[in-house]
Amino acid sequence: MNGTEARLARIRGGAVPRSHNARTIAALASNPGCTRRAVLDAAGADKQRLAAYAGFPAPFGQSRFALTRGNAFEAQVKADGAAELLRLLREHLRLPIPEASYDDLSEVGGNASLELRHARTRSLLARTARSASDAADVAAGSDAASPANDACTASGASPAGGDSPAADIGTMFDHPLLRLEVGGRHAYLEPDLIAFQVCGQFHVIEIKSFAVIDGRADGDKVAAAAIQSAVYVLALRDALAELGVPPAAVADETILVCPENFANRPVAVSLDVRRQLTVLRRQLSRLDRIDDLLDLLPADLTFDLGPDDQGVPRRAPADLAAAIRQIEARYAPECLGTCEMCFFCREEARGCTAAFGREARDDLGGVEQVATVLRLARATPGAGQGPGPDSDPGGDLAEAAELLRTAARLRTESLGQRPESLGAAV
Amino acid sequence: MSTLTSLARAIAAERGAAQPACAVRHLHISERPLVFIPLALAGEANAPLAAMVGDSPRAAHMLTVAEPRDRDQRFAFAAQLAAIVLRYIESYFGSEETAGTREPRIRYADAPQLLVPNPAGVAFTRLLGRSTRFRRTAGPYAVAETVPVLGRWLTFLTERAEHPASSLMLAVTDALALHWATGQSPVEDLNLGALLGWIDPPPGRTGAQAAARAEDPVRCPPAGPATDPTFDNEVLEARLLAIRTARATGGGPPMQRATAALTSALATQLEPTWTLMWRAVDLLRGLPAGNHVAARWDHDKDAFTWHANHLRDGGPPQPRRDGAVSAARRLAGLEQVQAEYAAQRAFDDPLVMAEHRMTGEAFAGTVTAAEPGRVDGSGRRRVLRPASPSRPPTWCSPGRVCPSPRPRARIRRRASSP
Repeated sequence: MNGTEARLARIRGGAVPRSHNARTIAALASNPGCTRRAVLDAAGADKQRLAAYAGFPAPFGQSRFALTRGNAFEAQVKADGAAELLRLLREHLRLPIPEASYDDLSEVGGNASLELRHARTRSLLARTARSASDAADVAAGSDAASPANDACTASGASPAGGDSPAADIGTMFDHPLLRLEVGGRHAYLEPDLIAFQVCGQFHVIEIKSFAVIDGRADGDKVAAAAIQSAVYVLALRDALAELGVPPAAVADETILVCPENFANRPVAVSLDVRRQLTVLRRQLSRLDRIDDLLDLLPADLTFDLGPDDQGVPRRAPADLAAAIRQIEARYAPECLGTCEMCFFCREEARGCTAAFGREARDDLGGVEQVATVLRLARATPGAGQGPGPDSDPGGDLAEAAELLRTAARLRTESLGQRPESLGAAV
Repeated sequence: MSTLTSLARAIAAERGAAQPACAVRHLHISERPLVFIPLALAGEANAPLAAMVGDSPRAAHMLTVAEPRDRDQRFAFAAQLAAIVLRYIESYFGSEETAGTREPRIRYADAPQLLVPNPAGVAFTRLLGRSTRFRRTAGPYAVAETVPVLGRWLTFLTERAEHPASSLMLAVTDALALHWATGQSPVEDLNLGALLGWIDPPPGRTGAQAAARAEDPVRCPPAGPATDPTFDNEVLEARLLAIRTARATGGGPPMQRATAALTSALATQLEPTWTLMWRAVDLLRGLPAGNHVAARWDHDKDAFTWHANHLRDGGPPQPRRDGAVSAARRLAGLEQVQAEYAAQRAFDDPLVMAEHRMTGEAFAGTVTAAEPGRVDGSGRRRVLRPASPSRPPTWCSPGRVCPSPRPRARIRRRASSP
C-alpha cells in the first residue's frame, strides 16, 4: 500500500471501499472540477451514507419496478446463449455473424471474486485477439472474400481484417470484468456484453430497458447510455493495449439494445461514441493527479463513521459535515440528478449565483455571490466611496457592475409602470 | 433566460419570495380547463398506473390500473379516460362564431385546454396518444371505438404544446416559470410543489422554506408521471401483489379489498398535486392578460376547429413521423410563430421589452418630432426612411452604437440636433 492508498484509506475510515462503476465515472466526467466528488470517489467512500449522516440524504432512489424490468429485459435478450441478440445483430445491423460462442464471465468456477474474473476476462481477450490476428494473417494470403464481409467493407470498419471464414466466428463475453485507471486508481467495470469478431472488431453492447419509440428515445437516457458505453470502450482499449492490440480493434460504434415501441421485442441501434470518448479521455486526464488534490487537504482528514457499542457512529453529524466542507465542491443544479452529496453541496452553495445554474451565473456577469450581485445592481454609478470591499469595483467587476446596474434600472423602470401590483422592483 | 430574469432570481433568493418576471400574463387560461395528472409505472415505456382528471376542482375523476403491465387493462384505462376527455372536448362543439373579414369562416367559439403538471406530463401524454391512435377497433386485439379517437386528440394537443404561441395544452410548471422568477435553478423549478412554494408560500413561511418542504416526497408527492421510488418500493409493490394474489385465488371480496387499498394508496399520491394544479390556475388567472393573448387564442380556436373537421371528415391519423416536406414546413412555421410571439410579448409587457432594451435592440425615449416622408438619398437608391427624432435616455451618449435585430444593421446615435 503506497502513500496515496494509505491516505485514501484514512479518508474513507473503517468503511468497506465502494468501487467506481461506469455510472460514477460518467457523473464525475460531467463535473470534473468538483474536488469533493473526485476525492470521495477515489477513496471509495459511501457518499450516500455520508450525506445522510450529515443530515442531507440523497433525493433519489431506484424503484424496484424499474430494476425488475431492467433485469427481466436483459435476461430476455441474453437467454439461450444470447440467441435473440445474435438475431438482432444480423438483422438490424446487417452484421455477418454465422455463429457465435458465448462465455458467461459473471463468475469463474463458482467464484465471483473481482480479481479472478478480471484475470479470466484478460486471458480470454488475449486468446481471442491472438486467434484473430492469426486468422487475419492467413486471410491476407488469399483473396477469398466471402459475400458476408461486403457489409464490413461497406461500413469501412475492417481494420483487423475479418476476412477469413475462421474469423467470422463470433464470441460474446457476458459480464466481463474490465479495469480502468481513474484518478490514479483502478476501478472495476462490468459491461453488459462484449461481442467480438463482428467485422473483426470488438463491440461493446449495452442493454437498456428504456423504449425506442418510432426510432426515437428519451434524449437524456441515450446520452447517459452513450457515455457509459464510452467508459467501457475506454476500459476495453486499455485492457487490449496491455496485450499489444491497437485501439482500433475496439469499434467506436457501440451497440445499444432497447425494447422497441410499447412491446418487449428488443431492437439494436448503433451509437457513435467518438465524441464521448474524447470528452472522457480529456476529463480523466485532468483527474490523473489525485495526489495533487490530496496535498491541499489536512493530513488528519477522515470520514470515519466507526460505530460505538450500539452501532451508532461515534462521530457527531456536525463534525462530519465540517470534515466534508474541508474539501472544495463545485455545485451545479445538474448534480441534483447524479450525485449523492447534492443536497449537502446545495445548502453550502446557498447565496451563490452558481446555485441558479451556469446560465444564470453567466447572465449575471459571472459574479459569484448573490449579495455582491445585488450590491452592484443597487449601487449608484460613480458613488464608490462606500465601505464594502467591492463597492468601488475595478477591472472585471466594473463590466459586470455596469451590466447589473443597467438591468436593475430597466427592471425598476418597467415595473414602475405598474407599481401598485408589483411592489418595489429591486 | 436573460440578465433581467437572472437578476430577478437573485432578488427572489434574497427576499425568500418569487419575483415577477412578466408584468402581464402571456397565456390564455380557460374558464374551464381540463386538468390531467397521469402517473406511470416506473421502468415501463408508457404504462399508465393512475390518473386524476377533471374540469373543476370539485370534479376529480380518479382512474387506476390494477395491473399496469397488462395491455388489456392499459386500453381499458384509455377507454375510461376517453369517456372523460372526449365528453369535455365535445362540449366545445356547441357554439360557433364567424371569424375573418375578407373570407368569413365558421369556427368554434371556444376551445378546450388541457393542463398537465410538467413537461414530463406532456411527454407522457404524447406517448399515450402514440400508443392509442393506431389501434384497431375490430378484429384481433380490438379496442373500444373511443380509444383511437382519444389518441388522435392527445396527439393533436401535444403537437400544439410544442407551438410557442399556443395555449391549448400547457405544462403548468412552464407556465408559472414564465411569469415568476424563483430563487432556485430552472432544474428545481420543474418541481411543481417547490415552484408554487416560492410563488405562493403558506402563511408564516418564506418561499424558500415552503420550497424546501415541498421537496420531501412524503409531504408533497411528486407531480408525476414518475412516482416516488420509496412509495413504489414500500407501498405500491405490496398493493399490486395483493391484487395479483386475490385474482389468482378467484376474486370476490379479497379482490375488492385489494383494489380499494390500491386506489386509496394512489389517491394519496395524486390528491396533493390536484390541489396544487388548481392553485396554479388561480394564480395565473390573477395576472392581467396581455393584449395579444386573445388573438393568439383565436388561432388556437382555428386549429381546434380544423382538427375537429379533419376527424369528422374521416381524415387519417397523424403519421408516426413527419415526412421530410411536412417536417420542414412545420419547422418553418414554428420559427415564424416563435419570432411573432417574441415580438408580441415585448409589446405587451414592459418587463419583456426591457430585455430587448438590455441588449440594445430597443430603447425608450420621448419622440420630439415626426418626419414620415423622409427619404434617404445617400446610397445608390433613394429609400424611404421615416425619422422620428427622440430624446433618448441619459445613459445613451452621443455616438454610442447599439446592435439591431437585423444583421449588419447598426443604430448610431447622432449628435443632438438643435
